[in-house]
Amino acid sequence: MKHRMLYLLLASAMILSLALSGCGGKKSAGPLTFVLVPKNLGNPYFDTANNGAQEAAKELGVTVTYQGPAAADATQQIQLINSLIAQKVSGLAISADDADALVPVGKDAIKAGIPVVSFDSAIGKEGRVLHINQAELQGIGAIQIKMALELTGADGGKIAILSATSTAPNQNAWIAVMKEELKKPEYAKLELVDVVYGDDDDTKSYNEAQALFKKYPDLKVIIAPTTVGIAASARAVTDAGLIGKVFVTGLGTPNQMREYVKNGASPQFALWNPGDLGYLSIYVLNALATGQIKGVAGEKFTAGRLGEYTIKEDADLGVNVLLGEPFVYNAANIDQFNW
Amino acid sequence: MSAQPTPTSRSYRIKAIARFREAGISLFILILGVLVALRAPAFLTLKNFEDILLNISILSIVALAQAMVLITHGIDLSVSSMIGLVAMMVAFVMKQAPGFSVVAAVLLGMALGAVLGALNGTIISYGKVPPIIATLGALSIYRGMVFFYSGGTWINSFELPKSFKLLSKGTPLGLPNMVIIAILFAAVVYFFLNYTRTGRDIYAVGSNPEAAQMAGIRRQRIVFLVYLLSGIASGLAGVLWASRFESAQTNTALGFELQTVAAAVVGGVSTSGGAGTVPGVLLGALLLGLIENALPLVRISPFWQLAAQGLLILIAVVTDSLISRSAKGK
Amino acid sequence: MTLLPSPDIESSSKSLLNATAPRRTFLARFQRWEWMLVGLIIVVVALNSALSPYFLDAQNLSRTSSDFMEMGLMMLPMVFIIVTGGIDLSVASNLGMCASFMGWLFMAGVNIWVAALAALALGALAGFLNGTLVARMKLPPLVVTLGTYAFYRGVAYVLLGDQAARDYPEAFTYIGQGKLFGTLIPFSVALFGVLAILFGLVLHKTTFGRYLFAIGNNENASVYSGVPVARIKVIIFTISGFMAALAGLVLAARFGSTRPDIGNGLELSVITAAVLGGVDINGGAGTMTGAVLSLFLIGLLRFGMGLLNIQGQVQGIVIGLLLILSILLPNIARTFSGKGRKLRRQSVWAMVAFVVVLAAFVAFFFWSRAAVLIQ
Repeated sequence: MKHRMLYLLLASAMILSLALSGCGGKKSAGPLTFVLVPKNLGNPYFDTANNGAQEAAKELGVTVTYQGPAAADATQQIQLINSLIAQKVSGLAISADDADALVPVGKDAIKAGIPVVSFDSAIGKEGRVLHINQAELQGIGAIQIKMALELTGADGGKIAILSATSTAPNQNAWIAVMKEELKKPEYAKLELVDVVYGDDDDTKSYNEAQALFKKYPDLKVIIAPTTVGIAASARAVTDAGLIGKVFVTGLGTPNQMREYVKNGASPQFALWNPGDLGYLSIYVLNALATGQIKGVAGEKFTAGRLGEYTIKEDADLGVNVLLGEPFVYNAANIDQFNW
Repeated sequence: MSAQPTPTSRSYRIKAIARFREAGISLFILILGVLVALRAPAFLTLKNFEDILLNISILSIVALAQAMVLITHGIDLSVSSMIGLVAMMVAFVMKQAPGFSVVAAVLLGMALGAVLGALNGTIISYGKVPPIIATLGALSIYRGMVFFYSGGTWINSFELPKSFKLLSKGTPLGLPNMVIIAILFAAVVYFFLNYTRTGRDIYAVGSNPEAAQMAGIRRQRIVFLVYLLSGIASGLAGVLWASRFESAQTNTALGFELQTVAAAVVGGVSTSGGAGTVPGVLLGALLLGLIENALPLVRISPFWQLAAQGLLILIAVVTDSLISRSAKGK
Repeated sequence: MTLLPSPDIESSSKSLLNATAPRRTFLARFQRWEWMLVGLIIVVVALNSALSPYFLDAQNLSRTSSDFMEMGLMMLPMVFIIVTGGIDLSVASNLGMCASFMGWLFMAGVNIWVAALAALALGALAGFLNGTLVARMKLPPLVVTLGTYAFYRGVAYVLLGDQAARDYPEAFTYIGQGKLFGTLIPFSVALFGVLAILFGLVLHKTTFGRYLFAIGNNENASVYSGVPVARIKVIIFTISGFMAALAGLVLAARFGSTRPDIGNGLELSVITAAVLGGVDINGGAGTMTGAVLSLFLIGLLRFGMGLLNIQGQVQGIVIGLLLILSILLPNIARTFSGKGRKLRRQSVWAMVAFVVVLAAFVAFFFWSRAAVLIQ
C-alpha cells in the first residue's frame, strides 16, 4: 500500500514537471488583439461601449474581443484577466470591479508586456498605464446633485443614493464628490439620508429602492449613479405608485429610461456616450501597443473621429484621458437616441 | 377511501411536535412584529403587509417544494439555477413574441422546470447519486446553461410586454396575482401531502425508507417525484421572477437555494427527513420575509442587516432542532 | 426508543460489519478512483496542450496555480469533516469574516502580523462555535453551518462596510503574490503542499485519522468503543475555521486589499473538489491524495477552458458534469454488469419517453435562443 501511494505521487510529479518544463507559447504574429473587459456582461451600458470599441477596431484593422465576468465580482474579473495574460493578448481595457484588488493583476499584465488601461471605472494607479475617464469626477457628481435639487424644488428635502457595488471605484468617487457638493450653500436644503448598494443587480437594486421608500416616507429623490440602479429604482417608484412623490435621477441609458422619463418617475438623468468611451479606449490601447505614446502626461494622440486628445495627470486619477462632458437627458431629447 | 394512519405513539408525537413548533414560530413572529411596530409604525400599514406578501410569494413556492425534497431526506441545491434558466428562456420567448399568452408562458415555464427536475430526479433516484452531489452538480450545470443560452445578454424591462409584467403584479382580484398563485400553490401542496396516498408516502420514505419499501411503496418513484415537483415549482417561480422584476439576468436568483432551505428548516422541516408541514414552511418563509422587511424599517444600517439575518436564522434553527430533539426524547 | 425492532438496528449492524471488513476493500475502491483522476489529468493536459499553445507554459501555470490555493487550503479540513459524515458550509463566510477582521485591525493601525494572528484566532473560534453546536448540542452540521454561513458573512460586512482595507506591506502580500526565490512556484502553492502532506499523514497514518473514518462509518459504534467523538468533531471544525482564516490571509495578500465580499461562494467549490476527489459524502471513505488530485484536475480544467475563452459560468457546466458523472457512471456500470439484469419493458418505455422529452427540450433551447440572438 505504501508503495502504491508513492508510485502515485511520483507519477503525478513526473507529469507535472514535464508540463512545467514544456515550451512556452509564443506571441502570435499578425493583427493586434485587444480585449474589452466590462465590470460584468449583459449590462446594456457596456454593450454600447463594445459597439464603439468594435467601430474603432474596424477603423484600425485590429481585433477587439469582449469578455467579462457574469457578475460584478472582482475575483471573477481577476481570473479572467489571468487567463488573458496567459494568452498573451496585445492589450487590455478594463472597467474595474475593484480598484485595489485589480492592481496586482494589472501589474502582472504590464510586466508581461501587455498595456493595460482602465475605462469607466479606474484601477488603482499602479495597476494600469492610464485611465480613460468619461467625464470629470467633479462634473459627474455635481450634475447629479444639481438635477436632484431641480427635482425637489427650492424647498429641498431628503435624498438618498442607490449605488452599484460597495467596491465600485467610479461610483465611490462620484459619491464622494456628491457629499462634498452637498456642503455648498445652494444645496443646504438637501439632506442626504442614506447610501445603499444594489450591486448592479436588478433584483437587489429594486429591493433596496423599496426599502428606501419605507424607511424614509418623506424621501424626495433617489440618486442612482448606475444604469442598473436607476432603472430598477424608477421601476420601484412606478410599481409603488409613488410617481410625483419620489423622483429618480442619476446616470441611465436612454432605452432603459425612456418609459420612466415619459411617465414622470425619472424626468431627467445624465450620462455620456459609452460608445465613444469604448471607441476612445481602443484608440488609446492601439497607440500604446504600437508605441505611438508611452502613457505619460502631456503626450498627444488622435482618436479617429473624436479628434485629438492630450494625456493629463491629476491627484485622484493619476494619468488619464478625458472624454468629455456629461449630457442631460429629458423628455425633450429622449427620443433621439437608440441605445 | 384513504384511511388515516392508525395513531401509533410516534406519529402522535410527531404531530404534537409539529403543532408545537408552529406555535413557537408564530409566537416568535408575533413578538418580532410587535417589537418592530413599536420602533417603526410604518410597519403596520396595509401596504407594508402587501409588500411582505409579495416578497415571500416566490420564496414560499420554492420552499414548499424544497420541503418535500427535505422530507425524503434529500436536498435540492439546484433550484436557484432552475429558476434562473427558466426565467431567461421564458423572457426570451416573451421578448420575441410579445403576444404570447401569459398563461401559456406560465405553463411553458413549468414544463421547462419539469424537464430539469426530472433530470435531477433520474440521476438521484435511478442513478443513485447522492442528492447533495447531484444537485450541487446541477446547480453549476444549469447556471452555466443560462449563460450559454443567453450569451451573457440580459432581457430588460422595456423588452417585455406589459401583459407579462402584470402576471405577477396585476391585482384583478384585490391581491397581487403572484400572492394568489402562491396561496393556491400552498393549498394544493397541503392537500397533496395530507390527503393523498402519494403525499403520505413521501413522509414514509423520508422517515423510514426500508420500512416504506417493505410496505410496498415504490421508493424510487417517490424520490423521482419530489425532484420533479421541485423542478416544476422552480419553473413557476422563474416565470414569476422574470415577471416581477421585469428582467432576466445571468445571475437571476443566484444563491437563492440556501434561502429556500433556511425557510424550510426554520419552518420545522427536518434535514434528516420525515417531518415538516406546509403551515410550518409558510411561517418560515414569513419569518425570513419579515426580517428582511423589518430591518431597514428599524433603521439598522445595511451592513448590520446581513449579520442580523444570519443570527436570527441561526437562533431559529438551533431552537427548532433543540425543541424537536427534546420532544423526540433523544 | 420503541421496543419494536427499528431498521436503525439493522443498518447499524450492517455498517458495523462494513467497518470491520478488511481495509482492502476501501483501498481497492479508492486506488481505482485515484487512477481515474490521474487518467483524467493526463487527458486534460493532452487535450489542452493540443488546443492552445499557452497551456504548457510555466509562467502561465505558475500564475494560475495561485488562483486555486485558497480553495485547496479550505479543502484539507473539509475532507476530515466529510469523512466523519458532516459538512461545513460556512468556510467561505468564515474566510471573509477573518480577512475583514484583519483588514479592519490593520486600517485601525494594528501591525499587520498581529492583525493576521488575530484573524487566525478568530477563525479558530468561529470553527469552534460550529463544532460545539454540532458535537455538544448535537445539531445537524448542514443546518448549523447554514446559519453561520449567513452570520459570519454578515459580520464581515459589519466590520468593513463599504470600505476597503488596502496598502498591505509587501512583506505580507508575499504570502499571496510571492514566489519561492529562484523558482516559479508561488509561496501559497508551497504552503498548500506542505499542509496537504501534513493533513494526509494525519488522515491515513494516525489514530486520529482512523477515528475519523470510524465515526463516518458508524458513529454509534464509535461512541461505544470509546472514541471521543464529540471532542474530535469540535477539533475538526475548529481546524476548518483556522484554515478558512489562513485562506483568508492568502487571498487578502493576493489581492493586496480586502473587501467584505471576499471569497464569496467558495464553499461550494471546496465541497465539489473534495467529493470529486473520492471522499464519500456519506462519510467513512476517502483519501487526501484523491482530494489533492481532484484539486489539480479542476484547476487545470478551468485554466484550459479559460484559455479557450470559455466563460466562467459555462466552465461550471463541465465541472458539474464531471462531478455527477464520476458517481453516476460507476453506478450504471455496476447495475448493468455482474448479474446481467434484463430491463423491464416498463423501464424501457420510460427511458424512451424521457429521451424524447429531453430531445424536445434541447430543440426548444437552441431554437428559442437562436431566434432572439440573431435579431
